[in-house]
Amino acid sequence: MTKLKSIRAFAVLAVAGGVAFGGAAQADENAELIVNGEIKLVTKTAAPDHLKDAVDTIYSGWLFRETGTQAMQMDDFVNPGMLDAEAGIELYNAVDGTEGKSCASCHGDIAEGMKGLRAVYPKWNEAAGEVRTMEMQVNDCRETRMGAEPYKYISREMGQIVSAVSLQSRGEPVNVAIDGPVAATWAQGKELYYTRTGILDLSCASCHEENYGNMIRADHLSQGQINGFPVYRLNNAKINQVHDRFKGCVRDTRAETYNPGSSEFIALELYVASRGNGLSVEGVSLRN
Amino acid sequence: MKITTITAAVLFTAGAALAGEVGPKDVVYAEGAIEASLSGAPGDAAAGAKTMTTRSLGNCIACHEVTALKDSPFHGEVGPSLDGTGSRWTEAELRGIVVNAKMTFEGTVMPAFYKVDGFNRAGDGYTGKAAPENFPPVLTAQQVEDVVAFLVTLKD
Repeated sequence: MTKLKSIRAFAVLAVAGGVAFGGAAQADENAELIVNGEIKLVTKTAAPDHLKDAVDTIYSGWLFRETGTQAMQMDDFVNPGMLDAEAGIELYNAVDGTEGKSCASCHGDIAEGMKGLRAVYPKWNEAAGEVRTMEMQVNDCRETRMGAEPYKYISREMGQIVSAVSLQSRGEPVNVAIDGPVAATWAQGKELYYTRTGILDLSCASCHEENYGNMIRADHLSQGQINGFPVYRLNNAKINQVHDRFKGCVRDTRAETYNPGSSEFIALELYVASRGNGLSVEGVSLRN
Repeated sequence: MKITTITAAVLFTAGAALAGEVGPKDVVYAEGAIEASLSGAPGDAAAGAKTMTTRSLGNCIACHEVTALKDSPFHGEVGPSLDGTGSRWTEAELRGIVVNAKMTFEGTVMPAFYKVDGFNRAGDGYTGKAAPENFPPVLTAQQVEDVVAFLVTLKD
């Protein structure tokens, strides 16, 4: 109760600060993300070993948002992304395709069958001999096991099913593998992360490693972590998948983007996910 | 043959429109600085202030705080404050920094505002598509001059 009051007080301050000169929107670095008053998520932790020469500490994008936006993710009844996750659970249970199967036909109850998966994706698929994102795995199941049409990589249905699956890992630490068979893809992703693109000549690192915490116009630059994806953005009022966000960022460097589902974005997703190893999966997060 | 003639005519027309102007590929630097006006004309400080605060133009305040431009909201923190910049740098140095800051500050994140080559995956504005051939620089020669004219007024 006291906590709620202090959140409100902060929200008022944050709004007032937003119109002031400079970066008054800096949220409390020690704010705690507790969903529904019970699920405590790690939003700040030591950087994984592979990242230690770049940054000491990794932060969820949640910490960079204004207090009012932060509060929306702390209550599932207020987070609009939860409606998409619910729709995704219905899709998971719905029979589709020539084989008369649903996801549940093979994987069982989503809470059991999908538990922990978001935390380890993208991951190596031995049979296919490739790194797969969750979206790729969903479509492979649909095509080869269900005899159903694949979803478009970036689409309402895909966003919903990925939201539903991610929610089953909420609170678990991101833990993608970066060595063994994925090492080459990870290295490609790292290279892309540090490669400048576009007429504005910016890399991911230009903003999200060199300048996180700084304001860029009215935006508070985060570390660009993807542990919260899929994310419901107030900005476009829908679920946003990782590759869609990557595309938007690359576009904003005034560049010719890569396509969602491309080998470049798969590699970049693996690398960026690994920069967040140790942060909690936030299931369906909420950002501006 | 006919096509060649037309091409020549187009080039000539473009060239004529830009008489007295230094094209982005012809800029000459001296230690990062550029001595002469790119447009051949003096800059207009008031127009420069507009270019600096307009998102679709220079949008300089996205990254820099400028007290004199406080009427426009949301100044960024990515680059240093530009207050007093006219006391710290000469006009030629400021022109060089606006045109291509990497010639002065190696590895800076600051974009080059008057440059049309050497990019990786240049895009067509903010469409995400590939840039057309002969795409223009972010700012015109005169817009650069206007910005420089404003920056030199920022004295300590």
